[in-house]
Amino acid sequence: MKVLVAIKRVIDAYVKVRVKSDGSGVETQNVKMSMNPFCEIAVEEAVRMKEAGIASEVVVVSCGQQNSQETIRTALAMGADRGILVQSDAELQPLAIAKLLKGVVEKEQPELVLMGKQAVDNDFNQTGQMLSALLDWSQATFASKIEKSDGKLTVTREIDGGLETIEVALPAVVTADLRLNEPRYASLPNIMKAKKKPIDTMSAEDLGVDPSPRLSVVKVSEPPARQGGAKVGSVAELVEKLKNEAKVI
Amino acid sequence: MSILVIAEHDGGALKPATLNAVTAAKEIAGHSDGELHMLVAGEGVDAAAEAAAKVEGVTKVLKADDGAYAHLLAENVAPLLVKLAESYDYLVAPSGTFSKNVMPRVGALLDLQPLTDVVAVESADSFVRPIYAGNALATVKMGDARKLITVRATAFDAAAPEGGSAAIEAVESTGDSGKSSYVGSELTQSERPELTSARVVISGGRGMQNGENFAMLEKIADKLGAAVGASRAAVDAGYVPNDYQVGQTGKVVAPELYIAVGISGAIQHLAGMKDSKVIVAINKDEEAPIFQVADYGLVADLFQAVPELEQELDKAL
Repeated sequence: MKVLVAIKRVIDAYVKVRVKSDGSGVETQNVKMSMNPFCEIAVEEAVRMKEAGIASEVVVVSCGQQNSQETIRTALAMGADRGILVQSDAELQPLAIAKLLKGVVEKEQPELVLMGKQAVDNDFNQTGQMLSALLDWSQATFASKIEKSDGKLTVTREIDGGLETIEVALPAVVTADLRLNEPRYASLPNIMKAKKKPIDTMSAEDLGVDPSPRLSVVKVSEPPARQGGAKVGSVAELVEKLKNEAKVI
Repeated sequence: MSILVIAEHDGGALKPATLNAVTAAKEIAGHSDGELHMLVAGEGVDAAAEAAAKVEGVTKVLKADDGAYAHLLAENVAPLLVKLAESYDYLVAPSGTFSKNVMPRVGALLDLQPLTDVVAVESADSFVRPIYAGNALATVKMGDARKLITVRATAFDAAAPEGGSAAIEAVESTGDSGKSSYVGSELTQSERPELTSARVVISGGRGMQNGENFAMLEKIADKLGAAVGASRAAVDAGYVPNDYQVGQTGKVVAPELYIAVGISGAIQHLAGMKDSKVIVAINKDEEAPIFQVADYGLVADLFQAVPELEQELDKAL
């Protein structure tokens, strides 16, 4: 089974983002960028499938600027076989990315597309579901366990009330939740090896997709700051204040 | 202009977040004036549809009752929404794993770009939503004529569950796609209120040390009518199930009182609870970032403080 993994380059999840003073967005200059954490989990799952003999080839794809190549290299160092960069300097929203990925899927003909459930920059949580719809494939979102059997996958999903297990016919799009696996760190030899792995580049035009944004950001602002930091000296004082000052119990 | 609110329900009753979504829909309607309908899809949903018909402000309930919708599989529900969307300007659903699973699929099928996790309505086409785990707020203008929106329940008041008398209209099933099937589920059974709608939430973190110790928090929860939550660290460590998780990738809560016990306060966790009205933190590490957002911080060993809290609550309540 050929597996395509879609990944995104984002501001590192541990960086405290700063809103630009003109309200046009968040500061991205001189900020550490990394692979979106959920995408790392998707890559890890695909590599484990290859190691288990379930996946025959793992291809990673990223849509974005030239520097998304670095993110693709990270995935190659984790064990993916080759990469594809769909290069675009435009702002890419989930629908546009889903259309670009559909074009890549039609070229590559994978049986399974794995991706993160959401990117930690825009927090949309949409692209996988959209890709599945555009391809008329089955979907399994928020996966915490994936098992393959004949022509189908059994997927455990993290849902609001607990866990749900579904079976999806292949081909399918599956999006990874936090507890699917713990991504590995790439070893130095594998980082070196990844430098020799091929990365193809294509454009939105090559794929016949109009990636124009449908949403326009009017402004980006800081959330209201919380005035915290007060301490109490004892449990008795805490209960007294909750009762008489905050009046919440 | 007309709006269809997609209900979350358990067959018998509406999930509380549905009522918050109705309020968001009313705010949108306030900017665009029109009909407010509600869809109840599932199998055996008569009681939920009747509950929907009583919600104040709802003028019609669409009931899609069919085996194909029993487990709300995205591949089956999306075609239903696509069909119904023709008659509406907005589809509004409470943010949750159900709507996040289905709404983007509907969007792609209709060539529309949905908006997730709306926390404020600015105008008929502009909405505010958090990005970067709530570290920034984006005001976004939607360019598509038809708008698909999921709203964060905690950001809107609940609409009155009584007072309406909408007609219930059955809609035809769009059938089973055959693409996926339901196998089973492990749902957390609890007599306590739902995390996302509870008035009080008490959460434990890695400091709880194991799952058994959460019993201490449950005792407090039962005294306060609270829901029990957890940090990602506590869930990852296997102390409690995944659906306890409060945070960026778990549940977002905004109760009147949030009590964080043994939680350090990673950005990821703060994103899920910092809009709570009053925050209490109990942690033995004075430097824990949770104290920066806490209205009442208590630097103490939780294994002493929590039993003591139970006794003090007995005296105070």
